[in-house]
Amino acid sequence: MSEKILVIGESRDGVLRNVTFEAIGAAKKINSNAEVIGVLCGTDDLNSQAQEMIYYGADRVVTVSNEKLATYTSDGYGQAVLAVVEDENPDAIVMGHTAIGKDLTPKLASKLESGLISDAVDINLVGDQVVFTRPIYSGKAFENKIITEGLLFATIRPNNIPALDRDDSRSGEVQEKTVDISDLRTVIKEVLRKASEGVDLSEAKVVVAGGRGVKSADGFKPLYELADVLGGAVGASRGACDADYCDYSLQIGQTGKVVTPDLYIAVGISGAIQHLAGMSNSKVIVAINKDPEANIFNVADYGIVGDLFEVIPILIEEVKNLKVNA
Amino acid sequence: MNIYVLLKKTFDTEEKIVVSNGRIEDDGAEFIINPYDEYAVEEAIKQRDEHGGEVTVITIGDEDSEKQLRTALAMGADKAVLINTEDDLEEGDQFTTTKILEAFFEDKEVDLILAGNVAIDEASGQVGPRLAERLGINYVTTITNLEIDGDTAKIDKDVEGDVEKIETSLPLLVTCQQGLNEPRYPSLPGIMKAKKKPLDKLEIDDLDLDEDELEPKTKTVDIFLPPEKEAGRVLEGEIDSQVKELVSLLRNEAKVL
Repeated sequence: MSEKILVIGESRDGVLRNVTFEAIGAAKKINSNAEVIGVLCGTDDLNSQAQEMIYYGADRVVTVSNEKLATYTSDGYGQAVLAVVEDENPDAIVMGHTAIGKDLTPKLASKLESGLISDAVDINLVGDQVVFTRPIYSGKAFENKIITEGLLFATIRPNNIPALDRDDSRSGEVQEKTVDISDLRTVIKEVLRKASEGVDLSEAKVVVAGGRGVKSADGFKPLYELADVLGGAVGASRGACDADYCDYSLQIGQTGKVVTPDLYIAVGISGAIQHLAGMSNSKVIVAINKDPEANIFNVADYGIVGDLFEVIPILIEEVKNLKVNA
Repeated sequence: MNIYVLLKKTFDTEEKIVVSNGRIEDDGAEFIINPYDEYAVEEAIKQRDEHGGEVTVITIGDEDSEKQLRTALAMGADKAVLINTEDDLEEGDQFTTTKILEAFFEDKEVDLILAGNVAIDEASGQVGPRLAERLGINYVTTITNLEIDGDTAKIDKDVEGDVEKIETSLPLLVTCQQGLNEPRYPSLPGIMKAKKKPLDKLEIDDLDLDEDELEPKTKTVDIFLPPEKEAGRVLEGEIDSQVKELVSLLRNEAKVL
């Protein structure tokens, strides 16, 4: 049994990402009696973030503060987290399957000569065995996977494994650990913010995605407005990206991102098999398309056949009304 | 420059997935170069054309993987290596793949290794960073631009939509993200030439490896398809009232608003 589980936390703009709390929830699914130890790296005072991890179920948190950890690099974070792993000798490690998680965890697993199950969407116990469920072929199928030997190590997909309820009466120790970090061989000179402020596409509860039917970069404006009133993020089909209506970082599909929001609104998207692979496991799907024969209607829970430029503004107003009356 | 590309064949993205007896049915399926690996092949060729040197494409797979290697050679790669594990390995995982590649690279002089940031089948994205760690070289994942000047590499890295401007040094492993380049189609003369380019075939025995060392750390116990999504309701009436109905359904029936 995994008695000691490390959860590697991650923040964006000084705020812990929700997937960190979900990772604590995942650790509890691996073993509800385990001691869950949070790990946080950064430069500033990490105490308030550490407290948040404790409110969400961590028993204690180890923080590593060092000027070389100002921005994530695999080199710097790798050294810091490995030092904590060596101290704690955990039975399991869990982290979010985010840009940082994808970059860091294979390095750690390689160093530790361990297995690693990436992008788990569910964790279940079958007898003593911890079984991880993960999508393959971009969600066209799923596999159940186990770690046969040594450390249990997994990354979890945002939005799938629930976090525990926040409980600010919980308390736990926060330990500051000093790690000597050697000079970084990879240096980040600059970060250009292109992603829209606020909601990250892979973590968004609502995604408004546009396809070729949106017709232009300008045509995406109402989609951004709709995403905004819904507190969601904008995505796109490959067709829209190829046509330069938006950046490739928004692409959803077999190439691009796979998303599983609570609500997916497909706007002017025909529904090619490659796109469906990236979104068809969303909880509720709405399709808005001029073409009643569009394939997207075959996976949509609700469909509106009509001109998106007519439908979206009305939809924005209706959602606003709803929020006002709520 | 000694440039290497890690390549994997994957199902064509058009393929529907069929599962029988807990395995993916691959009889009759069309295979392609993993789309992200195509960016890696293209970038390797571009870097070679700019800086000189040689591009070697490596895959771990079966006899049939030769087809994807020939395609990469037709695009412009110089050499290919097929490490055929069909007879030796029942199962493998990213740990196994990394071990094999580590053994392959043991006696190689490497300046640059390129790979896709993820394969569209297993989609773990582990092998690149795992290998870099074993080889003790720098790595940067999900790159969208690469400029090499001497031993210095200037890189744009996609981080969930933001761009990090990174500087690092060779030897280096990078994994390629969409937007890096536009992979070329093999030309007819390219396809003719590819037939004569060297393609080495190796097996586990040819590498300095014990099969015991290749024991995977993970195991797939089951594969299944997601529940079939049923077509839902297409609303009717005036657009205005359809939208009102939609909002009401999303709130009261689906409970997502």
